[in-house]
Amino acid sequence: MTDLSYDHKQHLKTLLPEPAINEIDHWIKKYPPERKRPPIIAALKVVQEHNGNYLTEELMQAVGEYLDVPQIAVFEVATFYSMFHLDKVGKHVISVCNNISCSLRGADNVIEQLQNRLNIKLGETTDDGLYTIKTVECMAACGGAPMLEVDKVYFENLTEEKVDQILSDIAALEIAKQKKPADLSAEVKK
Amino acid sequence: MGKVHLEIDGKPFEAEVGSMIIEVADLAGIYIPRFCYHKKLSVAANCRMCMVDVSSIPKAVPASATPVAEGMQIQTKTEKAVSARKSVMEFLLINHPLDCPVCDQGGECELQDLSMEYGDDVSRFTEGKRVVKDKNIGPLISTDMTRCIHCTRCVRFGQEVVGIREMGAIGRGEHMEISTYIEESIESEVSGNIIDLCPVGALNAKPSLFKARAWEMRQSPSIAAHDCLGSNVWVHHRRGDIIRVVPRENEAINEVWLSDRDRFSYQALTEGERLLKPRIKRHGEWQEADWQSALSFVASEMKRVIGGSQGKNFGGLIGNSVTTEESYLFQKLLRGMECNNIDFRTRRRDFSGDGRSSVRSGFNFPMEELDHMDATLLIAADLRHEQPLTALRVRKSTGFGNAMAINPFDGEYNFKLAHEIQPDPHFLAQEFARVIVAADKLNPDVLHAEAKEWLNGVESELVHEEIAKKLLHGEKSCIVLGVYVQEHPQAQTINWLAESLASITQSEWGYMTQGCNAAGNKIAGAVPMQSAAGGKSKAGKNAKQMLLEGLQGYFLFNCEPDVESVWSKEALNSLNNASFVVAATPFADGRALDYADVLLPIAGCYETSGTYINVEGTWQSFAAAVKAPEESRPGWKVLRVLANLFELKGFDYESSEQVINELREKFDAAGENKVARKIPPPLMQVNESEVSRKSLGLYQVDSIVRRAKALQQTPKASTHPISVSRVTT
Ligand code: SF4
Ligand code: FES
Ligand code: FES
Repeated sequence: MTDLSYDHKQHLKTLLPEPAINEIDHWIKKYPPERKRPPIIAALKVVQEHNGNYLTEELMQAVGEYLDVPQIAVFEVATFYSMFHLDKVGKHVISVCNNISCSLRGADNVIEQLQNRLNIKLGETTDDGLYTIKTVECMAACGGAPMLEVDKVYFENLTEEKVDQILSDIAALEIAKQKKPADLSAEVKK
Repeated sequence: MGKVHLEIDGKPFEAEVGSMIIEVADLAGIYIPRFCYHKKLSVAANCRMCMVDVSSIPKAVPASATPVAEGMQIQTKTEKAVSARKSVMEFLLINHPLDCPVCDQGGECELQDLSMEYGDDVSRFTEGKRVVKDKNIGPLISTDMTRCIHCTRCVRFGQEVVGIREMGAIGRGEHMEISTYIEESIESEVSGNIIDLCPVGALNAKPSLFKARAWEMRQSPSIAAHDCLGSNVWVHHRRGDIIRVVPRENEAINEVWLSDRDRFSYQALTEGERLLKPRIKRHGEWQEADWQSALSFVASEMKRVIGGSQGKNFGGLIGNSVTTEESYLFQKLLRGMECNNIDFRTRRRDFSGDGRSSVRSGFNFPMEELDHMDATLLIAADLRHEQPLTALRVRKSTGFGNAMAINPFDGEYNFKLAHEIQPDPHFLAQEFARVIVAADKLNPDVLHAEAKEWLNGVESELVHEEIAKKLLHGEKSCIVLGVYVQEHPQAQTINWLAESLASITQSEWGYMTQGCNAAGNKIAGAVPMQSAAGGKSKAGKNAKQMLLEGLQGYFLFNCEPDVESVWSKEALNSLNNASFVVAATPFADGRALDYADVLLPIAGCYETSGTYINVEGTWQSFAAAVKAPEESRPGWKVLRVLANLFELKGFDYESSEQVINELREKFDAAGENKVARKIPPPLMQVNESEVSRKSLGLYQVDSIVRRAKALQQTPKASTHPISVSRVTT
């Protein structure tokens, strides 16, 4: 028997904080009410951001129920776009394009280099949970092939040096962040 | 719409503006290859197999997505068109497995056929092919998703025709797969149609998987036996065994579709526990017998019970999938023995309409019209489960029109409802009456004083007025009563209300009936109040009286009142207490083993010739597709022989055609006798215990469906029937 106390439409609200729901509502309002599918992408983006960079079955289902679209429609969107992750991923997902232009211009070398530096294979995440490498389809940056995207920034015309630089920059950022709480408390004490 | 003139392969044609090249070619009988195009689905144009050469356009264009234009010159077989198709075929075959020898679709595969014409012998693609994991989408459909060519017919069917999208395209590019949401089973009650739609062997029928090759089977036309539409089917069989059942196109009834119930029910016949020889119970033990001794035993017992009570203490009941010929002979036999206790309506509670003799069938407007209704009002109609294909028609009309419902169910709809009222089932008639009152306010000149008097005191609210308005103002509108209405204790009142509302709002109206042959049974005279073709009869007992009063003897003709009647508990009691019960049935299981004294093995559907008369009153005759197994015989033959044992006159039929012709003559001679409905008695509170039952489940409707293995394993088999709302049983 169906559990009558379970309100499908409201389930998402129990999974997300209010500002996130407001943001989704904001996107829903941009489309005519009978057009239910357009806000799926925006909703999934918000949900993923609040869930440590990946989606779960429960979340996808809740999005479907919240937007009143078939489950499969949400799943289609979630599996189509490489920016959505259906498994736990690292904090920084490095997406390397390996379609035709990038491949011709040495995407394989970029992948090789990343795998060696981070000591993981494609699709894997480092033990510290910081990095994931994956390949993606053409990102419409063929003019700057080979390219990769990480943390919403495109890096083009990649060379060995550039890839090293990108990794060092992210590492530096992470080190700075880890320091921060201590620094802050020191400030407070003063 | 205007017309344009064009040429296809040099021949001139006229076509509707806005139609696609492929439609015009199909009408003209010129075949253009296709995978994604289907006349009942939207244009997707994703396969590019239908390339044709249009003189004014430099590149080949897809015929399924190119609208016709004045003066267009289309060539379907030029070098340009053919080489475009060849390229498409080469791409399709890159990832298609070469497993035709073990594929059920082999021999009837659109890809296989077209690759004969457009494929190369040798592939230029030497890299590895992709493999897609198969999905388990339930007991009815097998999947081999590596074979999928992504035509999206199955996806569009769910989205457009059924209105419940279960299949989708997940992933992208080379990784795209057709799938359900995370390996969910398909739940829809018409899911089997994607098997027919799939142009390749990606989706096949699971129950018939690996049972036969397409070219080994022969096909016989028949009529499906599980709802009142009488969908047209082909029965595919090999060496006398039914392998599968597929739809036979009939725009007026089932279009090109078939419900899962009609498609997979045959499994009960091929894999159910069949009764293969007559059986007689002696000292509590079942013993096999030959026909001769079984029938003489039946005859002598019937004489004993009937003779001892002047026919009062014996009753005959007919099941939901019995043919018209069988019911006609059944009643002729019993009436010949002076027994008028004959009925098929084991689910009826209200027999107050029985005095008026009438052979009206449920619908007096064509079912097809449902597609075009501006307003449709459903009264306790669970279309998706009662007549699944009708739900598809109503869904079509909601593209422009309004569907509305007064249903005491927690209804499941595959279309939008403009208004929904969920009354307590006890107050179904009262709630409905409020719409009539609202309609009467809008158009007060139709109802006569007596009827207005009857409605006095009933108040309408805004929603009733809205419903009445839509019915009245819609150019085409109708009122459809579901099967549940005929089970309601106030069925006659609700029928009268529907007729009255229809006359006020100038709508069509019709009621759905239980089983596939309610109209046929009535015309055949398998009812206590009238004999064949509405002829006179001495009054007999109706199903309710027979089952509740408890008779000494019963003849059950493919009928299991202990399961399918609304009086099932009482029925079981009466049957257990009777001194003689004979059951003619295709099956050797069920409670008949306990309560019956003789079991007569009769043919199931597809194993006998016969006629079903559908809810629109269409007579559809069919021949037997296969022979009934072993000693079982078509029911009409059994009844004929039995009648001869009673030395009744007029039973010398040699074929079922003779039987139906005799009935047809009577029917035509009787003509239409329209009897006005009487004003029903004042609305009374309905007895609590009478309503608080469930309707028959989707896969419970007759003895055959109940034994169809795969259907019983579907999720729907356990979640339907939906209980009547707000009633605890
Ligand atoms: S499963 Fe069949 S119908 Fe569905 S997309 Fe694939 S080939 Fe087409
Ligand atoms: S191929 Fe890499 S960005 Fe287009
Ligand atoms: S049939 Fe025309 S593109 Fe598929």
